[in-house]
Amino acid sequence: MIAREVEDRYGFGTNTVNREEYLLKGNSSCPGCTAMLAIRHILKAAGPDTFVLVSACCAVVCEGISPNTCMALPTLDTAFACTAAMASGVRAAVRERGINVIAIAGDGGTVDIGVQALSGAIERNTDFLYVCYDNEAYGNTGMQRSGSTPFGASTTTTPFGKKEDKKDIAAIISAHNIPYMATACPSYPMDLQRKVKRALSIEGPKFLHVLTPCPPGWRISTEKAIEIGKLAVGSCSFFLYETENRSFSMSKPSLDAMKNPIPVKDYLRVQGRFSRMSEEDIEITQRKVDANIAYYREAFGL
Amino acid sequence: MGDITEVRFHSRGGQGGATAAKILGMAAFFDGKYSTSLAVYGAERRGAAIISGTRISDTEVKRYSNLRSPDYIVIIDPVLVEIADVTAGASENTIFLINNRGECPPALEDYRLYAVDVTSISLDLGLTVAGTPVLNTPMLGALAKLGLVKQTSLKRAIKKIYSDPRNIKAAEIAYERVVRVQNLQYTLAASEELEEEAYEELEAEGAI
Amino acid sequence: MMTTQTELEKDRGLFVTGCEAAARAVLVAKPSVIAAYPITPQTEIVEKLSRFIGEERHDCQYIAVESEHSALAACIGASSCGARTFTATSSHGLLYMAEMVHWAAIGRLPIVMANANRALGSGWNIWADHLDSLSMRDSGWLQFYTSTVQEVYDTILIAFRAAENEDVMLPAMVCLDGFLLTHINQPLHLIDEKRYQEEFLDEIRIPHALNFDAPHTLGTLVVPTDNYKIQHNRKVSMDLVKDVIKDAEAEFLRLFGREYHPVMEYRTDNAEVLIVAMGTLAKEAEDAIDMLRFRGVKAGLLQLRQFRPFPDEIVDIISGSKAEKVVIIDRDYSGGCGGIIAQEIKARLYDAGVMREIVNVIAGLGGQDITAEDITKMVEIEGGEFWWGI
Repeated sequence: MIAREVEDRYGFGTNTVNREEYLLKGNSSCPGCTAMLAIRHILKAAGPDTFVLVSACCAVVCEGISPNTCMALPTLDTAFACTAAMASGVRAAVRERGINVIAIAGDGGTVDIGVQALSGAIERNTDFLYVCYDNEAYGNTGMQRSGSTPFGASTTTTPFGKKEDKKDIAAIISAHNIPYMATACPSYPMDLQRKVKRALSIEGPKFLHVLTPCPPGWRISTEKAIEIGKLAVGSCSFFLYETENRSFSMSKPSLDAMKNPIPVKDYLRVQGRFSRMSEEDIEITQRKVDANIAYYREAFGL
Repeated sequence: MGDITEVRFHSRGGQGGATAAKILGMAAFFDGKYSTSLAVYGAERRGAAIISGTRISDTEVKRYSNLRSPDYIVIIDPVLVEIADVTAGASENTIFLINNRGECPPALEDYRLYAVDVTSISLDLGLTVAGTPVLNTPMLGALAKLGLVKQTSLKRAIKKIYSDPRNIKAAEIAYERVVRVQNLQYTLAASEELEEEAYEELEAEGAI
Repeated sequence: MMTTQTELEKDRGLFVTGCEAAARAVLVAKPSVIAAYPITPQTEIVEKLSRFIGEERHDCQYIAVESEHSALAACIGASSCGARTFTATSSHGLLYMAEMVHWAAIGRLPIVMANANRALGSGWNIWADHLDSLSMRDSGWLQFYTSTVQEVYDTILIAFRAAENEDVMLPAMVCLDGFLLTHINQPLHLIDEKRYQEEFLDEIRIPHALNFDAPHTLGTLVVPTDNYKIQHNRKVSMDLVKDVIKDAEAEFLRLFGREYHPVMEYRTDNAEVLIVAMGTLAKEAEDAIDMLRFRGVKAGLLQLRQFRPFPDEIVDIISGSKAEKVVIIDRDYSGGCGGIIAQEIKARLYDAGVMREIVNVIAGLGGQDITAEDITKMVEIEGGEFWWGI
């Protein structure tokens, strides 16, 4: 309240943020859920003229039980594999340029079962923003491994830690020569909102990959969720960047992190899901992260 | 359930056999008759043997099953006589029409056979598609000569399907050039006819 | 190159394939979104549609999707926003979109789909067989089976009206036999489009479509205390649609002069044996009936034009006839349980206490060639399940 008075009076502060809420309180998400937090920021940035599609994922459950909903925007809940295809249909029916179509899906619904429909929708130039919120497992069914689960993470179907690497969805998407794609994390809400606005200003398909730490799934305490997101970026385990018409730019939090990255171990060891990782496995992960940092430095002169 | 005239086309993928069946059916439709045309598809690759057919009747044609006893058999590609079972279901009343210069393949000696060299007609007119002469429209011109459909209806139908006017020209030339092949069946039929005439003469003279 | 059809359209008589008839019917109904994926023998429908749309004869968004699952998903997305939509598929395509088939019906979206009936693999077979769409019979779609090119056209036009009725709001599937009907050329008489648009089919209005005036969410969790009620609502609509379809057929007859019923009777007067068939087999069977009557056998035909909702009148027709024997031809086989049409008719006859000798002939599977002569011989078969040609 005080902030608002200050803002109204002096015209500075957080006035760039839409004060309206499109994701209402009282939804059924877990405490500390950063996926719903991310969606809240995304919808604030998108504004009221927005059609939303929500795939089969945690978010659909969090909406509540019919006929109730926490979504204050017209929202279509979709089957698992077809979110991007349904978005093509919505866009074909709602052709006005000023209206946004945003499809939201989890990592399983994006990199695994939904990847074909997503590839098709991008290829046929559907004018929409596809958001993958990535909690790195099938959260809604109780944390089974997905293609997006990282190396070493224990899930209910990788009880001794995943042996394979996380699928590089960014590389898959960028191979479609998409006009705009970006990564984000709700630990950096202004960066996230700015990217959504940027994306929606561009015609054609857009892709946003959002890392969303999941307290129960990652086995971290509720109040650590934001901090874990910062550790992911700070250790360069997850890079924040955007690509517009093939022009790449690393976002400030990741630019800062690359100068003096936090050891990956500090990111992994605070999460219960990595508790089975040996020192050797952590070393392997660190080397992969180092290679990624080197790649970005060399490729983009950072 | 009226009498149905059945026409079967033998062609190879890419020679327009299915379209020939369609144009013939359309021409019969323009004549005021009921008709259907179909193609029996196998592999749709270019060069594969294709069977297509047209059924024509004064009343609604309700058949979808394969043609069993064709009244006309049209062989667009003469090579198919040796490859395909072109005489399947044929009877002594079946009329064959083949694309050649008037020779009779051994397999067709016992049938009423007409021939027209449509390959030359199209080549002379320069009526080719991707270097290959168009065979189906002149073949239909020859069929019109055999009385199956009116020539005006045929021309109207060809126009609906093909924009190149040389298709009409080719059909007209084939209409003029189609000939009865003097094969074994022709000779036998002719001698039978002579015999019959002689018999009738004798009868008229009161000799029998 | 095709030349202009204007001249032909003047007398509204064309000579076209079943696929083209389907495409032309869709153009008359003017959907605003079409999404489809190619599959033999349906492909010509969407080829024709994309061609017509490309020629700008139609204000319609054509979505070239990457799979059948996405084809129906895109229709569902558009329909959820209130659009009139159409798709077409066949066989494996229909089964690949099976999840969405159910989704569309449960979501109460009046999408219209043409299905070219074709056999299923393994062992690729592209020819006619009814098992593809019959295996979707429980999904909650209206299902029609057609027997001529003209009927394909007319039935699609009727299907839009039935599906979009406010008491119905259910998707409709119009089936045509692969190759036999998709690829045959027959005469087609077009209707007066303007009359159809002004007097037969209202502007589409989907009451639950997404909108900004009263934003809501479609498809949130439905718990056990509610789910069965929603399913029952669908049952109520399925019951209501029977009369809605009959009304649409009557109106079609009044406006356009062609008569359709859920069950079409052919020479059933004084029939001592009845043949029941669906799709092109029913048309071929009309010739068989004529041949049988000519030979002194009092045979009649029931063409099952509508399979969902199942037309109850077939029981009345059978019980009201003198026929002691009913020969049901199934172009499908339900593993371990006989022909599907026969099962359904037998169940209803039992409910009505009507006992007849039922012969279930499994015939025409995977494009097996069945002639009118073959059908005349089927009336001689004794009761039970009989596989033609085995």
